[in-house]
Amino acid sequence: MAKSIDVSDLNIYYGDFLAVEGVNMTIRAKAVTAFIGPSGCGKSTFLRTLNRMHEVIPGARVEGKVVVSGQSLYDSSVDPVAVRRQIGMVFQRPNPFPTMSIYDNVIAGSKLNSKRLKKADADAIVEKSLRGANLWTEVKDRLSKPGMGLSGGQQQRLCIARAIAVEPDVLLMDEPCSALDPISTAAIEDLIQELKSEYTIVIVTHNMQQAARVSDDTGFFNLKATGEPGHLVEFNPTTKMFTNPDEESTEAYISGRFG
Amino acid sequence: MTTTPIEPELTGIAAGLAAPRLPRIAVILTAVLALAVSGLLALLLGWGIIALLVVAVILFDIGLPVWSRIVEGARYAADRLTTCLVYTSFLVVLVPLVWLIGLVLKNGLSAISVEFLTYSMRGVVGEGGGIYHALMGTLLVTLATAIISVPIGIFAAIYLVEYGKGNRLARTTTFLVDVMTGIPSIVAGLFALSLFVIIFGPAIRIGFAGSVALSLLMIPTVVRSTEEMLRLVPSDLREASYALGISKWRTIVKVVLPTAVGGIVTGVVLAISRVIGETAPLLVVAGATDSVNMNLFSGRMMTLPVYIFQQYSQPGIVPHDGGDPPGYARAWGAALVLIVLVMLLNLIARIIGKIFAPKTDRRR
Repeated sequence: MAKSIDVSDLNIYYGDFLAVEGVNMTIRAKAVTAFIGPSGCGKSTFLRTLNRMHEVIPGARVEGKVVVSGQSLYDSSVDPVAVRRQIGMVFQRPNPFPTMSIYDNVIAGSKLNSKRLKKADADAIVEKSLRGANLWTEVKDRLSKPGMGLSGGQQQRLCIARAIAVEPDVLLMDEPCSALDPISTAAIEDLIQELKSEYTIVIVTHNMQQAARVSDDTGFFNLKATGEPGHLVEFNPTTKMFTNPDEESTEAYISGRFG
Repeated sequence: MTTTPIEPELTGIAAGLAAPRLPRIAVILTAVLALAVSGLLALLLGWGIIALLVVAVILFDIGLPVWSRIVEGARYAADRLTTCLVYTSFLVVLVPLVWLIGLVLKNGLSAISVEFLTYSMRGVVGEGGGIYHALMGTLLVTLATAIISVPIGIFAAIYLVEYGKGNRLARTTTFLVDVMTGIPSIVAGLFALSLFVIIFGPAIRIGFAGSVALSLLMIPTVVRSTEEMLRLVPSDLREASYALGISKWRTIVKVVLPTAVGGIVTGVVLAISRVIGETAPLLVVAGATDSVNMNLFSGRMMTLPVYIFQQYSQPGIVPHDGGDPPGYARAWGAALVLIVLVMLLNLIARIIGKIFAPKTDRRR
């Protein structure tokens, strides 16, 4: 199920502006990979190229290769919609569909694609996904209530349930805890640890403790200077990164000497 | 202005916080005083009730801020003045509206009867007759207008917001839509007339031509309001949908439109109420008739605005015992029905908007 991702010489552009330059890395299957770095260094932009969400923005394009299990994502024959079905995404701000109930939000992936689901199958998917997102016990009695009625942390877990309901191979998370309180954050970090057994997880975070807690590998992105493109400074196992990084600037960033 | 006594350093803060205020009764007192002064002037100079009220309001708007300036200081006075101006403007806006509805009710209510609503004007001379043919004509023409305009308007708006994104075609469309919003309705009527004359030959008058003319007026309004509503849908939702592997078209149909549907429906209904009262284009292309005509594609068709115009311009013979000719009462009655129709449409829009509004309440 879970897939590894190979990125080679990836340049990411917004129009003519080169935002991220020359990224090479291998994201392991069934592991958590975290990206850290100062704001505006291109972590989120890079994350969005992994499921072709980057090109949703007008003028945005990439050069280079992203290979998932032998298939290059940016081949002209590849349908971006199909890519996104296999590589799910959770956003910084919880964004449940406001017109839908909790139940409908979870099966939105199937429902919006007009897949016919038997009631029993749909129920099973909803329960499995909500259990997977640690939300089932909190909402099982009010599945027909609007998803927007939940608290922020619950909404974010609902979005995770929605993302795993389509059974993707990879789950991308763009600062999933930055809008949440510590308790909801802990719930989501626990969840990430559980999901790791089945999914490849890539997470962008501003919280270095969080990266240290949840991830197996860490990538540090930085800008050479303002206006210059962002680049990947260092990519290493998290334990090495936080104890004995290869680069001087990584250590400076992690130990809080800048940024 | 009163002079502020110089406070010693230590009590300065407390003195700065507690400033003298006008008593609560001050507003009522000023109002009574303004009315009394204005009433006195009215008695002396022989004004009517309207002049009395206008002067009273002006006196109140001047009096209260001045009093406040003396007692409370400049900031409170500015606050009082702005409050007075806001309320006065509100009243000024309300006056013509209430007046208009009151006048139409007063003159039109007596004309409404079962006969008035269910009879046409066919063969009616003098008293009697009704608006049935005009009512049906208005409903049919407006329905056809909506059927033409709503899909075109909504699809155009979807293109502008979701696909065009400021390219040359989208910018041109936006510009043309803006220009079309300002087209005088008679020009739309003449355009429809010349169009149908080219196709069907001269002296053509059919209800459908009226619908085409009204569509020219309605489409820009629908495009504009739908565009605004679609832009309000957060891009987060679109991205959430894309990230689930849902195609762009399905995202638009199943996520964007349902989220905006309340506002879109309200916009459409408001556009309908704008065109339902149009007279000039219908007079030109749909013509006027005394008979019921349910066929949009053949023969002249009466509509309520044209009916009102016709009844008022050709009100019939003045009765022997004096009074107004019968057409006047019928015109007022038809005007009342038209207003009620528009109000009903607005009510429906509000209800639909409420039903489809995104459900965000936190009640369990």
